[in-house]
Amino acid sequence: MLKRTIAAVALLGAGVAWWITAPKPIAHATETALMTAPADAEAGEQVFWAAGCASCHVAPGAEETDAPSLAGGQAFASEFGTFYAPNITPAPEGIGGWTLIEFANAVMAGVSPEGAHYYPAFPYTAYAKATPEDIAALYAFMQTLPADATASKPHDVGFPFNIRRSLGGWKFMFGTPDGPKLPSANDSVQRGQYLSEALAHCTECHTSRNALGGLDTSKWLGGAPNPNGKGRIPNITPAKLDWSERDLMAYFTTGLTPDYDSAGGHMASVVQNLARLPEKDRKAIVDYLKAVPPVAEP
Amino acid sequence: MKLTRVLATAGLAAGLISTMAFADGHNLPAEVKARNGLMANYSLYLGILGDMAKGEREYNEDLALTAAKNLAAFAATDQSLLWPEGTDTMSIDGTRALPKIWEDRADFDAKADDLDKAASAMAQVTDIDLEAIQVSMKDLGGACSACHKPYREPE
Repeated sequence: MLKRTIAAVALLGAGVAWWITAPKPIAHATETALMTAPADAEAGEQVFWAAGCASCHVAPGAEETDAPSLAGGQAFASEFGTFYAPNITPAPEGIGGWTLIEFANAVMAGVSPEGAHYYPAFPYTAYAKATPEDIAALYAFMQTLPADATASKPHDVGFPFNIRRSLGGWKFMFGTPDGPKLPSANDSVQRGQYLSEALAHCTECHTSRNALGGLDTSKWLGGAPNPNGKGRIPNITPAKLDWSERDLMAYFTTGLTPDYDSAGGHMASVVQNLARLPEKDRKAIVDYLKAVPPVAEP
Repeated sequence: MKLTRVLATAGLAAGLISTMAFADGHNLPAEVKARNGLMANYSLYLGILGDMAKGEREYNEDLALTAAKNLAAFAATDQSLLWPEGTDTMSIDGTRALPKIWEDRADFDAKADDLDKAASAMAQVTDIDLEAIQVSMKDLGGACSACHKPYREPE
């Protein structure tokens, strides 16, 4: 009897674990909204730059032109291994032939057309917050970009992180990181919150993580060690970021800091992307940064 | 025995101090000091123009012209002697110049030319005004970032 109970509990546990780690596609309601959304490539171009797709997916050293080739190959070091951005051009080696729903499952749920988990180096936990209309528009725009036949490079990740199924557990624990509640946010702050949290994914670098790589949402945008191993990514909450609104607007347009140094590294790419957005969207991000709760971190 | 230890400690301290002085910029190669100075000049004149563009400093045509002309003059200098081999982050302390500069020197030089072009385009505007400066700041800042992104070590 006892033996049978233990066996039943073990079986139940295994079943729960299997269920938790299974790749879960987007919700049915999201699918329906995607299918009825207009294929607006022009709107998708704005989503594309706001979401910063090109910064990681152009070939190493390639320029982010108006219609960039997203051939992939850039390396992203982390304490879990090195990830290589894949080819996401409309070619067989990339996302050629993917349906809108397959694309949305990849971008919003981190699930591949074959039904496997993607590593969260790809910021689908942010894009999950995007509207189906924006994702449908992004899909339409990305079909217009040049195709490239470069094969995607496999990630260089060690055990146990190389077991894709284990990412189901990661998603269960950390897959829906909530940004700060901003109850008195006006329209511009709300727009800035959407742009920053759902598309520009600022928090992926500017918020610290726990030992398993989950975001510490209580320290939202409070800065983090650089995953490359050198230096820190700055705290951009009002506790540390004392730049004026004018300074921030100038930085997001020119890349020049208030003391006239320039952005470098990945932030230089971010600024290039933001400089392509309408001025009111840059202003919205500035308003959001002024509204987020201060985090007292170095 | 004791003397040896004192000498060893003194030697170590001297070594430490000279290393610190080196990192502090006093013993940097002249070329590194010169290019840091060049960047400081860029920064000064960009700051005058940028503060006017932002509305943090009152617009003054004479001052804007002086800043634009000086910026263009500095950006036009032949930089071939400023970046000798062996002055990268792997070789010396006190620089953020990545070894990649010397792996792709033609691209590095082309990016320096882009700043030269953007700066001389602004300096040649005869009827310089606030709007012209605001438009130019984007190209100037873009040229700075375009080179710093691949070739300068992040802080």
